[in-house]
Amino acid sequence: MSYKEILASYKDVPGGMIEAFHAIQGQYSYLPEETIIEAARVFNLPVAKAYEVATFYSMFSVNTRGKNVIRICESAPCHVAGAADVVAALERELGIKMGESTSDGKFALELTECVGQCQATPVITVNGKVYLDVTPAKIPDILAEYK
Amino acid sequence: MVNVTIDGIKTSVPDGSTILQAAQEVGIRIPTLCAHPDQSVKANCRVCVCEVEGNRLLQAACSQPVFEGMVVKTKSPKVIEARQTILELILSNHPQDCLNCIRNGNCELQDLAKEYCIRENPFEMKTRGLPKDFSTPAIFRDPNKCVLCRRCVETCSIVQGVGALGLLNRGHNAMVVPSMGQNLADSPCVMCGQCIHACPVGAIGEVEYIDQLIAAIADPDTIVVTQMAPAVRVAVGEEVGMEIGEMPMDKLVAALRQIGFDYVLHTNFTADLTILEEGNELLKRLTTGGKLPMFTSCSPGWINFCETYYPDLLENLSTCKSPQQMFGSLVKTYWADKMNIEPKKIFSVSIMPCTAKKFEASRPEMNSSGYQDVDIVLTTRELGRLLRMSGINFDKIEPSSFDSWMGAYTGAAVIFGASGGVMEAALRTVYEVVMKEELKDVNFTVTRGIQGIKEAEVDLNGTVVKVAIANGLANARKLMDQVRAGESPYHFIEIMACPGGCIGGGGQPITKSNLKREQRIAGIYVEDEQCAIRKSHENPEVKIIYEEFLKEPLGHKSHELLHTHYHAKNKKLI
Ligand code: SF4
Ligand code: SF4
Ligand code: SF4
Ligand code: FES
Ligand code: FES
Repeated sequence: MSYKEILASYKDVPGGMIEAFHAIQGQYSYLPEETIIEAARVFNLPVAKAYEVATFYSMFSVNTRGKNVIRICESAPCHVAGAADVVAALERELGIKMGESTSDGKFALELTECVGQCQATPVITVNGKVYLDVTPAKIPDILAEYK
Repeated sequence: MVNVTIDGIKTSVPDGSTILQAAQEVGIRIPTLCAHPDQSVKANCRVCVCEVEGNRLLQAACSQPVFEGMVVKTKSPKVIEARQTILELILSNHPQDCLNCIRNGNCELQDLAKEYCIRENPFEMKTRGLPKDFSTPAIFRDPNKCVLCRRCVETCSIVQGVGALGLLNRGHNAMVVPSMGQNLADSPCVMCGQCIHACPVGAIGEVEYIDQLIAAIADPDTIVVTQMAPAVRVAVGEEVGMEIGEMPMDKLVAALRQIGFDYVLHTNFTADLTILEEGNELLKRLTTGGKLPMFTSCSPGWINFCETYYPDLLENLSTCKSPQQMFGSLVKTYWADKMNIEPKKIFSVSIMPCTAKKFEASRPEMNSSGYQDVDIVLTTRELGRLLRMSGINFDKIEPSSFDSWMGAYTGAAVIFGASGGVMEAALRTVYEVVMKEELKDVNFTVTRGIQGIKEAEVDLNGTVVKVAIANGLANARKLMDQVRAGESPYHFIEIMACPGGCIGGGGQPITKSNLKREQRIAGIYVEDEQCAIRKSHENPEVKIIYEEFLKEPLGHKSHELLHTHYHAKNKKLI
């Protein structure tokens, strides 16, 4: 489906803009500018308001980024459990810094808030799939799944 | 009613009142920053916290409703200390730039820092380090000074129905940004400047042109000529410690001469002229089947709005330029000729209640005199700065009067400053032109007042002309949607971008509440009553310009100098 079709299909759904943004992001891995402009038109809101929604939730990105989005929880429990070491390992392995994307467009590295899996910290997600009790040693295997 | 005790004072207030409102009832002032008298509750700054008996946590007075038997302390040591810490936290993210700031001396945050004796800030200083946005010729933004109260966002979206501003991110990364985080110029901003009034601090302001004025005054070969809009006099006194409406016109003229203007003329002259042109345009449209309803065109914020959101209705706009621009094209043609002054030596300065007029003057088509018709536009606030800078003492200054040929005006021009005024002025003239008899009572009071939408009917020889008036662009939207749907019953619609009309313009002395707008409106009608002549077509200088120069309304010369055309803005980020 094109982003226009996606947006049109959520037009009359309550909370439809957020759902549509999820669906669009699933395709493009981020929310390109024209999708936000079109969302404003479809939901009859100013662009400034649609942009507000698109930037309010950390799960959406308005910047181009790699296809596979790796998120590391930065909330306190994960932090205490050694999230910083996991971040360092990811940065080393991918050759990018937190917040960047790899030049081949394959991976993006981002922080996120608590994802509700505090029983097995540190936690990372790749395209929404959760990995528990992550250690630096597990990183190469996790990445290999997406290469 | 609910019984409450505030700082030991017992009172009863209506159900649903907030602590802030209850305190106001008994004359206790609680400090606020995000609260605004005409807006929804924001409760995001926490400056207003108070102690409520039985509650361990301090409560935000602007949002906390009172309950039966509530006991509140608004100034206990605990409260004072908490407010100080809150202010220190806000200030630790705020540039320490008061000396250079456009709101120095008129800033809610500065006042609070002063009241709460903030001296050394224990928190680490960390400002956003973002560039200022000077992308438009009228409004600038300094995102570093924003305290995130969101008052501008509400004004722009709810009052003005524009929606140029919104939030980016959330939590400690949040910021207020124009559409898609771009420059203001790329957003649908219509440059009305209402967000400036809403902003408690110096995060939004008018682009100043005082330096250009001073340079022109300093140049002996330049002849500096000024025009001044009707809403300026009624408000500018507020900038120099007078009451609303108190500034005498003859002393203001004298002050302008002292500042260094070579000639002082009045936009009211071209306001009267506008009535002749626009009134005749209306009659022509009514009799020849032209596009109706016709919309007034003197509010450049409204023109920007129409060009942005209703490009399909541009033909409904009167082709008349605004009084400012009519003045601009005449001062470098007709007036220059009368005075025997070379037009290229004229530096034409307009003093306006409006920020959008700065943009209007810079439109490329506004050069029908062969030069830029209006060189710079100053707001009422900038005039206030000039008056203070020049140290003018209004008790002592000798009165003076306007210069000739474009300085005479009638009460009909004066009321252009208030919402409904253009309509009333037009009706005074159109009535007499059509009925060929004298209008006994010139006061069409139904068109007056601050309500968002007003309507009226006049019977002109059996033709009932229906008119409507809107002020504030969210109200304009309602009338425009009706027109777009083909359901508008009106023939003539007056729209002013700013709430209350020009007296509430984006360039007026900082106007936090609508109450002030109403007081200025009253001042406008007092001035109208005091005018000997109150109908535009009876302005003696207007008669002369038609006899000697323009010949007739809507004539060839008028079309060349006094009328214009509009363009769809085709903005992407609306
Ligand atoms: S916005 Fe207010 S507090 Fe901030 S620098 Fe300007 S005057 Fe000072
Ligand atoms: S100037 Fe008017 S349109 Fe522009 S941002 Fe401010 S309130 Fe909105
Ligand atoms: S720009 Fe001014 S009005 Fe807008 S949120 Fe910031 S401080 Fe408040
Ligand atoms: S803190 Fe990381 S998942 Fe809850
Ligand atoms: S004034 Fe009450 S929270 Fe800002």
